[in-house]
Amino acid sequence: MRFLALVFVNLRRHKLRALIGVAGIGFGVAAMLTILSIVNGAIGMFERILAVDSHYLVFEKNVSDLFFSSVPDDKTAALRGMANVASAEPLLFGLVTSGDRPIITCFGLEPTNPRLANAKWLAGRREEFGRTPGGIWLGARAAEFLEAKAGQKIAIGKGEFTVAGIFATENGFEDGGVFLPLKDAQTFFSREGVASVVAIKLRDQTRGAEFKRVVEAANPGLMALENREFNQSYTQFKILHFTAWAVGLCAFLLGGLGVANTMLLSVFSRIREIAVLRVCGFSPGQVAGLILGEAVVIALAGLTLGLGLGYGALFALEHMPQFNGYIQAVVKPGMLAGIVATAIITAVAGSLWPARFASKIQPAEALRYE
Amino acid sequence: MSEEVLITARDLRKTYDAGRVRVLDGVSLEVRGGEMVALWGASGSGKSTLLHLLGGLDVPDGGEITVCGLDPRREAHRLTLRRHHVGFVFQLHNLIPDLTVAENLRVPALARGAPAAATRTRIGELAEAVGIAHRLNHRIQDISGGERQRTAICRALMNSPQLLLADEPTGSLDEETGDTVFSLLRHLVQTRGIAVVLATHERRFAEQCDRVLRVRSGRIESGRPAVGSG
Repeated sequence: MRFLALVFVNLRRHKLRALIGVAGIGFGVAAMLTILSIVNGAIGMFERILAVDSHYLVFEKNVSDLFFSSVPDDKTAALRGMANVASAEPLLFGLVTSGDRPIITCFGLEPTNPRLANAKWLAGRREEFGRTPGGIWLGARAAEFLEAKAGQKIAIGKGEFTVAGIFATENGFEDGGVFLPLKDAQTFFSREGVASVVAIKLRDQTRGAEFKRVVEAANPGLMALENREFNQSYTQFKILHFTAWAVGLCAFLLGGLGVANTMLLSVFSRIREIAVLRVCGFSPGQVAGLILGEAVVIALAGLTLGLGLGYGALFALEHMPQFNGYIQAVVKPGMLAGIVATAIITAVAGSLWPARFASKIQPAEALRYE
Repeated sequence: MSEEVLITARDLRKTYDAGRVRVLDGVSLEVRGGEMVALWGASGSGKSTLLHLLGGLDVPDGGEITVCGLDPRREAHRLTLRRHHVGFVFQLHNLIPDLTVAENLRVPALARGAPAAATRTRIGELAEAVGIAHRLNHRIQDISGGERQRTAICRALMNSPQLLLADEPTGSLDEETGDTVFSLLRHLVQTRGIAVVLATHERRFAEQCDRVLRVRSGRIESGRPAVGSG
């Protein structure tokens, strides 16, 4: 029997109590993994929408959401005229309803947009995008949940459109969205002459800083951000990240309290036994190590349970038809490391006071304890 | 009997409840290696407290004390005492119920990080000596009271102590089992040269020790060789 075996003996002795501690940490891990992965996935999908074959994004300064951003068409034309700009693709975001679907993302774009070329066309032809009057193009999942086929008429908001094409993309947002030629989208959303954002591809990416400076100097109402810079500074992403971590940490706090409760009861129920360990030569540090060891084992078991539950929940959510493919969980190694560290820190923090209490038990006094 | 003095205590005092309860009131004694000394007295006379002070489980309020060359008033010395020099046997065996006999015996070795192979050998040797070798893989709740007390004695001997402090080791046993356990302690003194300080309220056991120290109201009233001793 090694020192660790004593840890397991104590946990085995109070299985239910230990399981409550494990469940507390497990649910914290599962909650954090699920929420963060979904948020990461959602942010990733949004990033990819913006970053298709581009280096910079140009949009209106000081808007809380890109849906409210307006970049006038003449500015897009000016951007296209810049020497270092290889392409400038305007994109207009809007939300539409159809049937019992209250929210569908609508993308207004030009036929030259690279996402059309990158898509897998299931019906219709890319070359015909924008050439069919009254036409609308659907992402594969949108076609699925709208039960629409090419050539069929569908109601979008107060209008009626003919499905001119269906294509699949790897992006859940796009796949569950509908697409209109930019001009049609501007009319439909009453936003004539503007795009939400313009995706810029540079000829010489090393001169990106110069591009940014020139654009912002010439257009005080606009800002140009490199894709990576945009992802780090976009307020919506920050709010999503912060909310996810806050909810996850709250879940962990509850788990930590569960561990603290488990360990306190564990210590109080065997004060005499801890005294006997001290009589047998255990130092205060060894006794504290025993309690902390139990907490770490609870944390590791909770981690295993939580990761299993979390991955299971993510798999189920990704495959639920109700979510229309909008959930594409992304588990990042750094995030996983953060969850593991948080679980262990939570469990150890929850057992610090019980461990300190146990290490201070005086053998003679505790042996009188009944 | 070895001539080495293991315990020297002078004018030991101990109170509880912020000085309101005086438990030991100027106790002095000396114990030599290989000696079996009885602390004989009624319940509440201070026997257990004195054993706790001698074994480094508690600290005196006053007086001088040296055990196996160490000062039990110092925390580091108390730990060394418990790990290497002193073994304890209690009235209630104080074994860990969910462990097997062998696992209980390993606890003192775990405390001082003894090598596993040496520990196994030691357990086998001691279990054989006290007659519990056939119970090594049994859980504590599955063995008899006498076997539990023999296991407790074994555990106290695991780290080869010079001194065994036994607090009413026969107090919770029937007469026959109590006799067996006492004989075992006596045998250990004779064969291993270990000094035993035995706290007991039973005169028949006290009288079989080398010396009897009568404890009453926190004082040692008399120290005399036991009846029948050389």
